[in-house]
Amino acid sequence: MSADPDQARGTAQGGVHSPQRHDSALKHTTGEATYIDDMAEPSGLLHAALVLSPVAHGRLRAIDLAAARAAPGVVAVIAAADIPGRNDIAPGNSNEPLFAETVVEHVGQPVAAIAAVSLDAARAAAKKAVLDIETLPAILTIDAALEQGSLLYPPSVLSRGDAVAALQQAPLRLSHSFRVGGQEHFYLEGQVALALPGEDGDITIHSSTQHPTEVQHIAARVLGLDYNQITVMVRRMGGAFGGKESNASWVAAVAALLARQTGRPVKLRLPRSHDMVATGKRHGFLYRYDVGFDDEGRVLALDVTLAANGGHSVDLTPGVLGRALTHVDNTYWVPDIRCTGLACKTNTVSNTAFRGFGGPQGVVVMEDAIGRIAHVLGKTPEAVRAVNFYGEGINDETPYGQKVEDNLIRRCVAQVARESSWAQRRAEIDAFNRDNPVIKRGLGMFPLKFGISFNIPSMNQAGALVHVYSDGSIRLNHGGTEMGQGLFVKVAQVVAEVFQVDLDRIRVTATSTGEVPNTSPTAASTGSDLNGWAAFTAADTIRQRMATFAAGHFDVPEDAIAFRDNHVHVARPGDNRVVAFNELARLCHQGRVSLSSTGFYRTPKIHWDPQAMKGRPFFYFSYGAAVAEVAIDTLTGESRVLRADLVQDCGRSLNPAVDLGQIEGAFAQGMGWLTCEELWWDKDGRLRTAGPSTYKIPGSRDVPPVFNVHILENAPAREATIFRSKAIGEPPLMLATAVWTALKDAIASVAEHSVPVTLDAPATPERILVAVQTVRSASLASVE
Amino acid sequence: MPDTIAFVLNGQPVTAAGVSPAMTLLDWLRGPARLTGTKEGCAEGDCGACTVALEQPPAAGGRSCEPANACLLMMGQVHGRAVRTVEGLRDAGGTPHPVQRALADGDGTQCGYCTPGIIMSMYAFAAGGEPPEAALIHDALAGNLCRCTGYRPIVEAMARVAQQPDAPLASMVERPPAGAAAWQDGATRFDSPTTLDALLALRRDFPDAWLLAGGTDLGLRVSHDRDVPAHVVHVARVPELQMASVARERLRIGAALTYAGLLPYLADSLAPFGAMVRRLGSRQIRALGTIGGNLGTASPIGDTLPVLLALDATIHVRSAARGPRAVASDAFFLGYRRTALAADDIIEAIDIKVPQPGEVFHVDKVSKRRDQDISAVLGAYRLRIEDGVVRSARLAFGGMAATPARARQAEAALIGQPWGDGAIDRAAAALARDFQPLDDWRGSAAYRLAVAGNLLRRLYWRTTRPDAVLEVDQL
Repeated sequence: MSADPDQARGTAQGGVHSPQRHDSALKHTTGEATYIDDMAEPSGLLHAALVLSPVAHGRLRAIDLAAARAAPGVVAVIAAADIPGRNDIAPGNSNEPLFAETVVEHVGQPVAAIAAVSLDAARAAAKKAVLDIETLPAILTIDAALEQGSLLYPPSVLSRGDAVAALQQAPLRLSHSFRVGGQEHFYLEGQVALALPGEDGDITIHSSTQHPTEVQHIAARVLGLDYNQITVMVRRMGGAFGGKESNASWVAAVAALLARQTGRPVKLRLPRSHDMVATGKRHGFLYRYDVGFDDEGRVLALDVTLAANGGHSVDLTPGVLGRALTHVDNTYWVPDIRCTGLACKTNTVSNTAFRGFGGPQGVVVMEDAIGRIAHVLGKTPEAVRAVNFYGEGINDETPYGQKVEDNLIRRCVAQVARESSWAQRRAEIDAFNRDNPVIKRGLGMFPLKFGISFNIPSMNQAGALVHVYSDGSIRLNHGGTEMGQGLFVKVAQVVAEVFQVDLDRIRVTATSTGEVPNTSPTAASTGSDLNGWAAFTAADTIRQRMATFAAGHFDVPEDAIAFRDNHVHVARPGDNRVVAFNELARLCHQGRVSLSSTGFYRTPKIHWDPQAMKGRPFFYFSYGAAVAEVAIDTLTGESRVLRADLVQDCGRSLNPAVDLGQIEGAFAQGMGWLTCEELWWDKDGRLRTAGPSTYKIPGSRDVPPVFNVHILENAPAREATIFRSKAIGEPPLMLATAVWTALKDAIASVAEHSVPVTLDAPATPERILVAVQTVRSASLASVE
Repeated sequence: MPDTIAFVLNGQPVTAAGVSPAMTLLDWLRGPARLTGTKEGCAEGDCGACTVALEQPPAAGGRSCEPANACLLMMGQVHGRAVRTVEGLRDAGGTPHPVQRALADGDGTQCGYCTPGIIMSMYAFAAGGEPPEAALIHDALAGNLCRCTGYRPIVEAMARVAQQPDAPLASMVERPPAGAAAWQDGATRFDSPTTLDALLALRRDFPDAWLLAGGTDLGLRVSHDRDVPAHVVHVARVPELQMASVARERLRIGAALTYAGLLPYLADSLAPFGAMVRRLGSRQIRALGTIGGNLGTASPIGDTLPVLLALDATIHVRSAARGPRAVASDAFFLGYRRTALAADDIIEAIDIKVPQPGEVFHVDKVSKRRDQDISAVLGAYRLRIEDGVVRSARLAFGGMAATPARARQAEAALIGQPWGDGAIDRAAAALARDFQPLDDWRGSAAYRLAVAGNLLRRLYWRTTRPDAVLEVDQL
């Protein structure tokens, strides 16, 4: 008899739905949690450093590595010509070089690598490499790429109906253009890999990666080995946020190459300044849209172009842009729509996955349009939103053909309006703004619908491996990686639930391609959905074997066996027995029952036609809503978030403590993206905000002093997710969009809301001041 | 010359033999000492993952404890200090320290990589006995970045450990060594004199040596750029340079007094200076950085420098050959990172004229992030306004030119004029003649000019509408 995946029993400590702290929390605080750079160094270890291109675009005429090779302590120097396999690190089929061969395409592109006896020796030698580069004209911005038609691949179009005709017929119409910037992941632990050569050319790699299988594949491709010769392991990462999905692979490949070349262990740890110029970031976007609507504010048609800065290579841009296109609609039903995605090729670092994966860049479009529609009609944005939400049973189909079947939009919005005392504070803020000429406050709302599943159906699979030892202790391994998001504890809770044993009986072990093969990245918020189910299946297989054995052993039918509170209860009329779980494990071993099992999961129902951009790409949607209040300084443009109220759908949360942390952290990160985090390139294409002294992520004082987070209650997932929970990693990042709408509201108050506001992100003090000045002069001009 | 660096680590005396005195404490901890709890996040003193605590030994006044960035400290600077790392917080029985429990139990960790640094900032905060006020907690956390949590659980854990009698200082039995020291190891000589005369002689004999105070700017050349200095002369252990005194209208500040040591003197009429210094770097930076170092590196964005200009500071300079001399702040900055200091000079002290009743003094710092950020524009102003007319004005700005500089045209536009919109507008317009700022990642030239002018407007609001809400931080 199988454990019930819908209903938690909760007879032991630490099953699903209970707030459990991160499995490594105490080790984090004592400094005993081990990251790759903390591992005891193997004897003979070499340290690696990279030689990076100083030029944004150029012909690489020669690489003179003689001085680097002769530098003290140097053991090996490699460039493209030294690669035994293929010089290709593309996560897909786009053929992207590990080391530049004939051209360099961005500042910071790897050209060569050094291995030396110490880190300082390697880094000093790297400075001695001489690159002969003939500089070529560089395309550094989206605008320049659009002008020159520089695209990574042909445009992708997601459409329904005839947006052009519907726009022409719409009673009202407006168009606008704005942009959002990219974002550096700024994981506190930089990229790092340690490669250990073994027998017969085998290599073991400890990699700080979200995607051990891709590290395995790319190392194998670069080295010309079979996958079975490479084992990749990761116990934990010091943050990732998408930045260690594809980028970790090439870092590991360099370490593996040098290990292969020298026959010695090699560690490559990027210093922050290299990490920030050589690894990809969130895509910045430029938007141009034309929206048609009626006098109630109902959106009738939308024609929008989303131009993403892909950087110099494809990397994960198709996925990111695809998710942006499928999230333009957000919570709104748009009858006729055309979304055109342009992947701009520029001479900047290749942009990549970042929490939200294009979703954040998609959902801002309708928010901007709604703000401007409200302005035209003299309505509030809230009123315009309300007439455009997806319906239930009507107006419920997304532009890509998936029905919105589990609609929680209005519920979330109503709750956040209530929790935030919206109406009362709206009046208070308006009154404050009338009385205060310098500091202005603003209030903003944002509703969210976010699709859960990898857009590529084949990626939606996972495996797990569970062992029950004969003392009843349990070892859990699965394909998901731990980057701080609490995946390990959540999946362990699932296993504890299956066996009804205490959580501390379960040991979660490092992710390894040797234990669970052919895994997908821990990304797209799917970690606990996929691995939770896989672990459930593995554990349940063992549980059933144990039950069958117990039934035979105690001579009862199987349905007389119950797992409860670290014990197995045997219901025998007049002779109930209670056996400790540990004792049953011992008996099973004596009885020659296998206590080890794999488990596998594939997400049901999903399908996707990438050419037509139609299908059901998402197993389900996650919902949320946010209200933010800000204050701006109209003299300096400085701003501050004063309060945020969030409502987030977690289904029936596997672990409310972990989910709360994900919501708060994602919101702060989204706030940083939209406010203080600015990537600034100079005219030569050099990133000048390449360290925390110049690239400013939010600090503790930047988090709203009043920060109320509500996990939506009584909202079990409609679909058969693991214990009816929902994904949580990415959705709340987008709730920070409320900060952007609040900033626009505050700026608009400078001219009594008589002028619509354009505010590009990140809304730095300078952009806010410019917007204030623009609104003020437009308002004066209209008076004159 | 002694051949070992001696200090107290986690309560026990240690020597670091065979290492360069220019090696960073972080590299030493993670390397030879195999204490890998302390993390490298940036190697530029901004993320706080490498935070350790610098403890004062038991003394009559009790013990104090300050956080510092191990990435910025050279081993030569550590000699004679007491350092505590995250590994040194468990008690003798191995029980985690209350701050460790509080953060773990409060879900204050996610990826855990920033956590040891946050723990050390929490420990210093708890040891300092400060009340659990939000403003102080944010001060204590300003030097620690966390990318995962959104900080709320960390702030709450800080509040729980504040003023708790069960959050004791970890045990420390040993007093670190004292006395002058010098080391030569590998490519680097490092002198750490303890008398002014010895310092002057070293400066005379080795004018090319790095003169190192806190190392929060110069130290980046080692930690971040991986330079190997040939010779470092460390000034921070000379007692004469650490004093501060107030006499009548003058505050004298020893050049090597840390910002943390300076802060108690920046009260009353100097409170606006104090408020700005609380936004200069972080506690980790203020535990090491000095006003003399700020003057010596003479960065155009050195935060204290416009304040010294506005306050008409006198810089007391001394050399072995020529003895002492005084340089007016107006004559100190000659060009981009160039000063009136001769090769054998050291800065001994700074005198500032304390604003008197009736004078207007204010300082504004504008940056992308409130805490631990470098100014886009920093303005400092001292004015005397009598009967509604501006009698004197010193307006100084950072971030507007190759040096921190006074806005003399803007001053002229104010002096003798009624303190009102007209004069302010003319002064703001005059800033464009005073300054031709650069475009960079902290702000465009147009932004800097607009903000500098608007700061004068805000100064007017401040003097005429003291009740108005004029800063977002007031909300």
